[in-house]
Amino acid sequence: MIIASNVSKKFGKLKALDDVSVTCIKGECIALIGPNGCGKTTLIKSILGMVVCDSGFITFNGNNIRHDWKYRARIGYMPQIGRYPENMTIGQVLDMMKDIRGCKNEVVDEELISQFGLKDILKKRMSTLSGGTRQKVSAALAFLFNPEVLILDEPTAGLDPVSSEMLKAKIITEKNKGKLVLITSHILSELDDLISQVIYMQDGKLCFHKSITSLQEETGEAKLSKAIAQVMMKR
Amino acid sequence: MKKIIKYVIIDILRNKIVLAYTVFLLLISVTIFNLEDNSAKGLLSLLNIILIIVPLVSMLFSAIYVYNSSEFLELLVSQPLKRKTIWLSLFMGLAASMAFAFFIGAGIPILLYEATPTGFMMLGTGLLLSVIFVAIAMLAAVMARDKAKGIGVVILLWLYFSIIFDGLILFVLFQFADYPLEKIMVGAVAFNPIDLSRILILLKMDVSALMGYTGAIFKDFFGAQTGLIISFCVLITWIVIPAWLSLRKFNHKDL
Amino acid sequence: MKKIIYIAVLVLVVHTLSAKTIRIGKQQQVKTIQQGLLLAADGDTVLVDPGHYHEKNLLINKSIFFIGINHPVLDGDHTYEIISIKANRVLVDGFKVVHSGISSIEDYAGIKMYSCRDVVIRNNILEDTFFGIYTQYGTNCTIEKNTLVSFSKEEQQSGNGIHCWKADSMRIIANNITGHRDGIYFEFVTNSIIWRNISEKNMRYGLHFMFSNNDAYISNVFKNNGAGVAVMFSNHVKMIHNYFEENWGDGAYGLLLKEISDSYIETNHFVKNTAGIFMEGASRIQVEKNVFEANGWAMKIQASCMDVTVVHNNFKGNTFDVGTNGSLVLNSFNNNYWDKYEGYDLNRDKLGDIPYRPVSLYAMIIEQNPPAMILFRSLMTSLLDKTEKILPSLTPENLKDEHPLMKPLPL
Repeated sequence: MIIASNVSKKFGKLKALDDVSVTCIKGECIALIGPNGCGKTTLIKSILGMVVCDSGFITFNGNNIRHDWKYRARIGYMPQIGRYPENMTIGQVLDMMKDIRGCKNEVVDEELISQFGLKDILKKRMSTLSGGTRQKVSAALAFLFNPEVLILDEPTAGLDPVSSEMLKAKIITEKNKGKLVLITSHILSELDDLISQVIYMQDGKLCFHKSITSLQEETGEAKLSKAIAQVMMKR
Repeated sequence: MKKIIKYVIIDILRNKIVLAYTVFLLLISVTIFNLEDNSAKGLLSLLNIILIIVPLVSMLFSAIYVYNSSEFLELLVSQPLKRKTIWLSLFMGLAASMAFAFFIGAGIPILLYEATPTGFMMLGTGLLLSVIFVAIAMLAAVMARDKAKGIGVVILLWLYFSIIFDGLILFVLFQFADYPLEKIMVGAVAFNPIDLSRILILLKMDVSALMGYTGAIFKDFFGAQTGLIISFCVLITWIVIPAWLSLRKFNHKDL
Repeated sequence: MKKIIYIAVLVLVVHTLSAKTIRIGKQQQVKTIQQGLLLAADGDTVLVDPGHYHEKNLLINKSIFFIGINHPVLDGDHTYEIISIKANRVLVDGFKVVHSGISSIEDYAGIKMYSCRDVVIRNNILEDTFFGIYTQYGTNCTIEKNTLVSFSKEEQQSGNGIHCWKADSMRIIANNITGHRDGIYFEFVTNSIIWRNISEKNMRYGLHFMFSNNDAYISNVFKNNGAGVAVMFSNHVKMIHNYFEENWGDGAYGLLLKEISDSYIETNHFVKNTAGIFMEGASRIQVEKNVFEANGWAMKIQASCMDVTVVHNNFKGNTFDVGTNGSLVLNSFNNNYWDKYEGYDLNRDKLGDIPYRPVSLYAMIIEQNPPAMILFRSLMTSLLDKTEKILPSLTPENLKDEHPLMKPLPL
């Protein structure tokens, strides 16, 4: 569904992505992990077209994304740090996104909005929100339009445990509907029951892309965190 | 596209600065027209304000707005929207707001007190200047990633267009005093929209007589229909080229 | 001897008494003016009934009173000079003189005087004439209350309204002149007065004045002429209480003074001219109690002028107060009111405590480098002027009004 071929990107002298090739298939839930600054977010942003890669290309359902912008309608994106126009209210942001996507009449998935209790604070301005609440808004927006692909950048960072669980449950239901989910996270333990594949990146390079079962087999560890730790030790 | 322009304009209107700018212009123009015993003289005083304030405010406001709405841009870019649409909407929203503020603040007093060809010329060039400097500011903002640097560049650009360019002209005139430079000056003016607007307005005010031989040459050129059309084309080029360059740059910008 | 005198006086008296009146008109015995003029003798009155007369050139070579009733029209059919006067003591009164001939060789006029004394031309209307009223070698003539309208389109194809050449003791009073090349033209005219005329919309000068000494022009209005008023190569000219208005255009002046000396310019109004007064090679001129308002330049004094005294004038709303082209200044300014003056008056003597410099830096720049006019009213030039005001460096050091007035004079 999403294929990145030999994607490279430099920010000044820093190689954020170095010849990265990935294939992501429908129905998978892929964890994108690696140390800080290894290029996870850059890869995600490249897929979304927010960062234009220097060489290589990315296709979405076989179409090069550089010449296509409509594909983004099929992606729900939850950024690491949700940044929104500061003097809009939550309600206005939600309405605006619905308006921009042009799906006023379509069924929108407002499950998370109600679960997170955002309905009670629709009139609050974005500038007054706490980090956690912003994350809730971001998450709600990512799921709002029933996208085929979900890209979640550190989804649970800053969320309280209850909301975190709600979000996880939501991810699982969506995955079970056969959607492609791409997650980055530092907290490996919480990925355990979610993911089916792991992509490990370091210094802008793709180290490996394996299914969780083969990883467990190779390392003999059931827990993802331990399995990864072992892989890293080996290197 | 319309939707994005709508959101940009709503956002700008929520920002009190444009409102303050409008009120400021309105106050100044009404005071000027009321203070001066004849309104033609009021127009002359207003000329200076238009040529100085309008570019400055248009540029500063647009640059700051572009920087401040980086998160908004980021949000939009991750949505199924063409970058071109996003950037042009931002440009149109800003241009429309600045032009509208100018129209309310200075245009309406001009129409009320001085609905003459001079007044219309001032209104027209003022509106164009508003848009031109929005385009230039957006180019500066997209080129410089850092906000402080970007605003510095914008202020420098304003200084360049309102003072330094004229200083250079004066320098050239004195260096080449022995050559007939009048006709070259007609061309040189095209490189500064502020100068071009000033001369267009001055010629309508019939002060060309004061300007002697230079004035006669200018009147010959700018007074004629073709000259006028060319000047307006030049002013529009001053909108199109910066806007196009900034769009190209934005298309490849990483957010 | 006494007898001879008695007889002479008697003859004269009888002669005067015998002066007759000849009436001309369709209903009269004498049908044409030509015929009437032939019949007339010195001292006779020729009265012309209303009507339209096409009589080619009318030659008046006797001292007669030639009077029109209700402005009979004398038509020159675009071919002839209409009235030619070749006698002294002639009165021409109350005609409408139209369509004179136009020639590039001869100066055809509506009414032309050839070497006459004591002629009076008054209450006539002249329309579409080449020259209007023309005198050469005239002495003590009066041209009064005439209205002259021409419709010239080109300078070459038009003549002057009232044209005086080599004349003395002329009186030009209360005429209205429009549409000629020069409204009033004086060349080699002495001891004459131009009073209460209105000269407007002429192609070149409202008043053109050359080689004419000891003349005065008073209370005239010169408005909207192509180049204003020119007074050149003359001395002892008094210009008092005239209005120089709206002489606006490239190379137009309210008053152009060139090579003129020992003259007075007093209580005039200079309003809306490109340059109120332009002086070149002028010396010993007293400029006093004038009003300069809304001119491009109130005064342009070239460096070739000396001993020009400018006192007690009001300068209001001029774009540039004074322009000059050199740094040597032999003229003096004192006690004028300048609306651009920003000084103060601590001792309350109604005089500013710091001098006013009427020449701005920018005015100097464009004098040296005219294309710099391109920067007119730009921020740059206002900054230059402001700095020059604080630190004068380029403007002529001694061109200043030491004691400017704080309030305008009631003029």
